[in-house]
Amino acid sequence: MALFNLNVDGRTRVVDVDPATPLLYVLTDDLALRGPKFGCGLGQCGACTVIADGQAIRSCITPVERVADEAIVSLEGLGTPDGPHTIQQAFIDEQAIQCGFCMNGVILTAKAFIDRNPDATDLRLREALSTILCRCGTHVRILDAIRRYAREVSA
Amino acid sequence: MRPPATMWNHDALAAFDSAGLSRRGFLKTSGALIVGFSALGRTTAAVYGQGINGAGNNDLDAWIAIRADGGVTAYTGKCELGHGLYTAQTQLIAEELGVAFDRVTLIQCDTEMTPDQGTTSGAQSHPANFNRANLALAAATAREALVARAANELGASADELEIENGVVRVVSEPDRQVGYGTLIGGRAFAMTLDPAARRKHPGTWTVLGQPVPRVEIPDIAAGRFEYVHNVRVDGMLHGRVVRPPVVGAAVIDVNENSVQGMPGLVRVVTRNNFVGVVAEKTWQAIQAAERLEVSWSTPDTPLPAQDGFHDWLRNQTVTRGTLIVDSQDVDRNLAGAATRMEATYRYPYQMHASIGSACAVADVRDTSATVWSATQAVYPLRNTVGMVLGLDPQNVRVIFRMGAGCYGVNGADTVSYDAALLSQAVGRPVRVQLSRKDEMAWENYGNAFVIDLRAGLNGDGGIVAWDHESWSPNLGSRPRMDRPGNVVTGFLAGFEPAPFAARSQAPQPANFNNGSNGAASYVTGEVRGVQGGTGNIRSQRVLTHTVPSPFFTGPLRSPARLQNTFAHESFMDEIAASIQADPVAYRLRHLRDPRLIEVVQAAAARANWVARPSPQVGNPRTGVVSGRGISCVFYEGDNGYCAMVAEVEVDQGTGAVEVRRLTIANDSGPISNPDGLRNQLEGGALHGVSRTLLEEVTWDDEKITSIDWRTYRPLYLGATVPEIQTVLIDRTEGEAMGAGETAVTVVAGAVANAIFDATGVRLRQVPFTPERVRAGLDARG
Repeated sequence: MALFNLNVDGRTRVVDVDPATPLLYVLTDDLALRGPKFGCGLGQCGACTVIADGQAIRSCITPVERVADEAIVSLEGLGTPDGPHTIQQAFIDEQAIQCGFCMNGVILTAKAFIDRNPDATDLRLREALSTILCRCGTHVRILDAIRRYAREVSA
Repeated sequence: MRPPATMWNHDALAAFDSAGLSRRGFLKTSGALIVGFSALGRTTAAVYGQGINGAGNNDLDAWIAIRADGGVTAYTGKCELGHGLYTAQTQLIAEELGVAFDRVTLIQCDTEMTPDQGTTSGAQSHPANFNRANLALAAATAREALVARAANELGASADELEIENGVVRVVSEPDRQVGYGTLIGGRAFAMTLDPAARRKHPGTWTVLGQPVPRVEIPDIAAGRFEYVHNVRVDGMLHGRVVRPPVVGAAVIDVNENSVQGMPGLVRVVTRNNFVGVVAEKTWQAIQAAERLEVSWSTPDTPLPAQDGFHDWLRNQTVTRGTLIVDSQDVDRNLAGAATRMEATYRYPYQMHASIGSACAVADVRDTSATVWSATQAVYPLRNTVGMVLGLDPQNVRVIFRMGAGCYGVNGADTVSYDAALLSQAVGRPVRVQLSRKDEMAWENYGNAFVIDLRAGLNGDGGIVAWDHESWSPNLGSRPRMDRPGNVVTGFLAGFEPAPFAARSQAPQPANFNNGSNGAASYVTGEVRGVQGGTGNIRSQRVLTHTVPSPFFTGPLRSPARLQNTFAHESFMDEIAASIQADPVAYRLRHLRDPRLIEVVQAAAARANWVARPSPQVGNPRTGVVSGRGISCVFYEGDNGYCAMVAEVEVDQGTGAVEVRRLTIANDSGPISNPDGLRNQLEGGALHGVSRTLLEEVTWDDEKITSIDWRTYRPLYLGATVPEIQTVLIDRTEGEAMGAGETAVTVVAGAVANAIFDATGVRLRQVPFTPERVRAGLDARG
């Protein structure tokens, strides 16, 4: 076990965990976050995504010790139900959610990508999402919501 | 517009307590009593209804409560699965009771709180709750009761009154008014549902029928929504199961010393062939489960080979035959036909493969248990958890919390048993979430199928005889009220799956039941002089066989209906092509149900369908070519009309198929929420594309080998996705039907027909992988 001062959503959180623990379990068990999800534990679906120093990473295969000094942003850190972030609002406006379990990975991956590439082509956007899985078939609305966010970022 | 987010999950009991009413009192009085037997041989007490819609409840107070502030709390046994039902049911209550949407609090699926409505599945929620029974009838009964009380209170007759947002007033003297809270707030109605209570006509709707945004979406988008995966209970531990390495293996020995002293480990739990570990933290449980040494037996016989599995299926001698329809003249009419055609269609096992592996939390005490579960069936699960734990089901409470989209019986029930068994062993609450492999290797898969079709044509190209014979494997299914062994954990813990009831000679049907869509849309479905089908082919036989499956199977979005419709709609296209007929016109020639005809015409019109035969003349034999195809269904023979036009591109070099556009026309009666309906049709369409092009369960001679997203690869977000057009037919005079499974049912047929239109290659085996497409192209010569 080891103590870590994690920077999560702008707050310092102290946890005492095995350094090899995947970040996901620290966020969900120790910090009780509801955004990051266990989908596969293999880095194959994106449900566990968080943004670490501006990069979307897979928290299910990232040991906590590797991100101990990075600024971690979770879906909960972007906005609230009553005060959603622009990209969260885009998903609300487009009603681009069915079961919603994939949304954590979708929204954070799209945000990290669009924030760096607001004028990306559809092809490049799809490439950025190519390892994100949605099983409900919400693909069309998800892309619409991300394009809406990209327009608002560019405006 | 939305109720406070916390009401969705947390404050259900508080809401009712504030109304001053005891829930259990209302719920106990209902339901047919059935005596069951627990695993330990003790007689279990009252359990509830067996059917998909449960026992229901005839007591108005079981469904509707008026709060002291005049707001409405409603209770439903049909739950949100990501398909928008929670919002639509809230609209229903607001509409019928004449209150604003945000004055309604809906409590869903909790055995302490809500009526027994069986299972939320089979696209049956709209038929059950949006017509003239159950939730809708309760709301209508409550409105009429409130108006009657108001009439008495105000000294007016009911027809002089109107309702606006929970206030009843005299139309001509609006100052004479009384609110719902004054009339009955916090008190019981103490009356039964009134079968004569009138629903509001859809033409007058102001809340129902509107595209109300889904209640859960702001919380989901902001990462605040409480899925079952997020349930946290004081003192909760974390469990992990250890499944057998191969199908049919049994525990020989569990070496607990192999994990002794591991950090956080609380206990190793073994019960028959069920093995699991409990630890203080998730990561500790995962590590202990990986290190635990378990000796397993080696099964005597290998699994049937995947290569040739469909032939294995049709060659089984132990089968259960069912005749859906048999005019008893099919062989004669086939023999006498001017032309005969036949073809065989094959469909693989597929998975629910929910993106979130299954999860549950259980808190088992000496004589009682509480389970938080994403089950579609809280009352049945209560009963079978009681059996697994040896507890009286009356002392088991099952509380629904939404999981990842399930699309049928995924791991939600089995993981509920996992959590319950582990919690019972340690005497503390335990959370279990399955690993990706444990979920995928032991699911109740959607059925494989092999389907033989034959048709006879007369000299004009009309179909004069239709013959269907099919084989599909079955093992287990939903646990229902008394079969925990129908899913893997119950089986490992010592419960048998439902026995296979062989029947070599299928009896003649007593009536036409097309719930499996085994009968194509083009036959009359005539049984004992009554025509229950949608077509005009009178000479018809539909014989189905189930055979024992080596793997667990269970309902997967459009079970059997999808597989049968793929075969029928492909075959219809083959017949049309054989006489150079336009596929739409040829279908219409054999249909007689006006609503099915209308969706076919509407889809074709929106897709700018040009009448001509398939395949497309003049497409080159190399490079990328395009084509179009159509498919239709009357889902389950009584539950939603749908037609789809697919437009595809086929790369004749690689064999890759891309679906460019899908046009869907749907008629499921009066539309509760057009945006929610559209979302379901779009999602069903893409779920169908994924299953048509990509998905197939694989195995070797001892185990499942599709165990992650590399070995079972669905449609990722990076894929090229089609444009989707929807035509929503709002049939306000009709019955409310299901719409969650209509679109997915017609995709494979429409895409197969479009590939044929583009290339002249007929694909008769799903999924249409590039290898299979290339093989077809090569065989074309």
